[in-house]
Amino acid sequence: MNFQYTEEQQLLADSIARLAQEHYGFEARKRILQSAEGYSPEVWSRLAELGLLALTLPSDQGGFDGGALDLVATMETIGSALMVEPFLPTVGLGARLLAREGSDALRAALLPAVAEGRMRLAWAHDEAAARYDATRIEARAEAVSGGWQISGQKSMVIGAPAADRLIVSARTAGAPGDPGGLSLFLLEPASVGLTMKTLRTQDGQRAADLSLDAVFVADSSLVGTEGEALAAIEEALDFATVLACAEAVGAMKYANAATLEYLKTRRQFGVPIGSFQALQHRLVDMYIRAEQARSITLLACSRVDAAGRGAISTAEKMRAVSAAKLNICDAVRHVGQEAIQLHGGMGMTQEMKVAHTFKRLTMLGQQFGDADHHLDRYAALT
Amino acid sequence: MNLNYSREELDFRDEVRSWLNDNLPKDLRTKVLEYQHLDKEELLRWHRILAQKGWVAPAWPVQWGGTGWNAVERYIWEEECALAGAPPTVPFGITMCAQVLLQFGSDAQKKRFLPRIYNGDDFWVQGYSEPGSGSDLASLKTRADRRGDRYIVNGQKIWTTLGHYGDWIFCLVRTDSQASRNQEGISFLLIDMKTPGITVRPLILLDEAHEVNEVFFDNVEVPVENLVYEENKGWTVAKYLLGHERLNTGRIGASKRELLKLRESAAQTLYRGRPLLEDARFRDRFTRVEVELTALEITNMRFVDEMRQTGRIGPEVSMLKIRGTEIQQAITELAMQVLGPRAQAFRPIDYDGFDLFEGSVAARYFNFRKTSIYAGSNEIQRNIFAKMALGL
Repeated sequence: MNFQYTEEQQLLADSIARLAQEHYGFEARKRILQSAEGYSPEVWSRLAELGLLALTLPSDQGGFDGGALDLVATMETIGSALMVEPFLPTVGLGARLLAREGSDALRAALLPAVAEGRMRLAWAHDEAAARYDATRIEARAEAVSGGWQISGQKSMVIGAPAADRLIVSARTAGAPGDPGGLSLFLLEPASVGLTMKTLRTQDGQRAADLSLDAVFVADSSLVGTEGEALAAIEEALDFATVLACAEAVGAMKYANAATLEYLKTRRQFGVPIGSFQALQHRLVDMYIRAEQARSITLLACSRVDAAGRGAISTAEKMRAVSAAKLNICDAVRHVGQEAIQLHGGMGMTQEMKVAHTFKRLTMLGQQFGDADHHLDRYAALT
Repeated sequence: MNLNYSREELDFRDEVRSWLNDNLPKDLRTKVLEYQHLDKEELLRWHRILAQKGWVAPAWPVQWGGTGWNAVERYIWEEECALAGAPPTVPFGITMCAQVLLQFGSDAQKKRFLPRIYNGDDFWVQGYSEPGSGSDLASLKTRADRRGDRYIVNGQKIWTTLGHYGDWIFCLVRTDSQASRNQEGISFLLIDMKTPGITVRPLILLDEAHEVNEVFFDNVEVPVENLVYEENKGWTVAKYLLGHERLNTGRIGASKRELLKLRESAAQTLYRGRPLLEDARFRDRFTRVEVELTALEITNMRFVDEMRQTGRIGPEVSMLKIRGTEIQQAITELAMQVLGPRAQAFRPIDYDGFDLFEGSVAARYFNFRKTSIYAGSNEIQRNIFAKMALGL
């Protein structure tokens, strides 16, 4: 047992922390949110220079064969700095899936470009009626001469406006709710028949709802085996889920540190409000929450990595992922709400970073399954 | 003991319910139910409809336009308004400033201000909190120095709700900085917001809403006739107001309305092919909130009854604000849960037919964190309960 970072992990942790400090201060972040792109191309290329986009890619495609545990420090910093870069859709979902399922040609065409920061990906799987259930997909792909024709609706595709390629799920057989019959395709955002309606999310990211009306893709754009994509979809979602958990841990760390600072400096009744026991105990509970959340996140990351090596069963991994997400859902709610309450009116204003942290924490609770969803999944696997 | 409304009370409820049904403008109702912000004109439009009917200030003495309703009838009225989706009556004029004038104002002040408040001629706002004085309100620093027949006001107020609509602001100001206790040396002043030297600056909330403001006073001249009650006795006035009309802080009617909407949307939302409302885990969460609200409704009615029987209620009434805001917050949270991943949507960029309601659900959850902070934070309410009710 050893919970310390390796030398390499520590170096990476230090360099992304420096990147955040230099390029993602609160004011810089505000400008990034308001920019036309909605993310920072400059920061994105620095993430590439640091090797963070390549860390979990296979070594035969310009990567370092890293796992979820190797990304914990990066995700914690993304969380504490509230970065809106499309890291999770690109690295957590898209590249993860392509690395494991893509044909040699697709891998070679896309993964080195991801590593070098030239290729952003988005994950167009969710549909409005699916509600966390990966099987409830209605979009359909019909075989046509030389390829496929895809029609359907995709919901809340995070990072889609900035994406160079979309990974789209569709049914080649079966009905919504069937585990079989799902297939994955790689699409260009400019494809004929594809309409992207863009929006801002509650936590300052860019997303889109997609309409696909008989969009044609060539046979070579099929990712993985036709009709058997569910396991691959769930694998990528689990990987992204534990990364999101680590992001939440980082955001909670910031929220707690900011609240501690506020309790020390805000004075009422002639004393710092941190001298009131009623508030001290609440802050202690927030810290305990965040530490517990970090522990179960580390466990889930190591289980994801172990399952990736074939060392444990998929079911065992899924249980650990649901345990972590359940704990995170409860923790982000508790820490987020209390951080605002203990900041009083100030925490309600846009001028305070903690307000934005609260919004991001809340949305992390809504992404990749809420508490009830993961309670169910955990119970079903026990 | 009888927990049910009497025949007369039920008749009264039916009367106000049917009047609301006929007179509440549909566009205002829709805005309230869809969580859209109402502007000054919309708020005043509803105010004037009520004024014309004679129901805008039920708690006032009849000679000034009150309805003569007892505490139970006033409670029923508030609840029916909320259930119907009526806009809130902005409390700063009718419920706050007017109550102060009725209790402490001179005859001249009553005659000058009360009819205008009643008719909605002036939009009143409240100048209490300051950057350094929130929960510790008595430490406020905005000063008013007497120069002949005027006060010269300098300082800053914060969290001024709807201050950007304000025509008049009632303020707590320091008139004696030498007083031995913070609570002494404070006065209650009425200030025309058109007076030179006043600047209103928006404070944008985390959901991008403009509700509250900072108000700056730079050598603002206020005639001494705008002093209410005695100089340096403003804390007495403030304390009276804090103890007044706390029977509606539970917001039972609004929570009942929102819970009904929530039940409907959960029934229409499918999870794994079945209505979310039938999902045991969701149903548990929903039921717990519903039961807590049912209990609070009865608790609230117990306080109302006590008020009717004895004319006064104890400091335990703080529990209505504490539990009422917790319930309101829980409902906004469940509404967000019902939306699931769609709750992430906020505002359109390039999006025909964007669903504004969808974009407002999580925003409302964020916004409603204010309810446990404003009007005496729930921590302060618990302090009051501990000190005044339990003697700790």
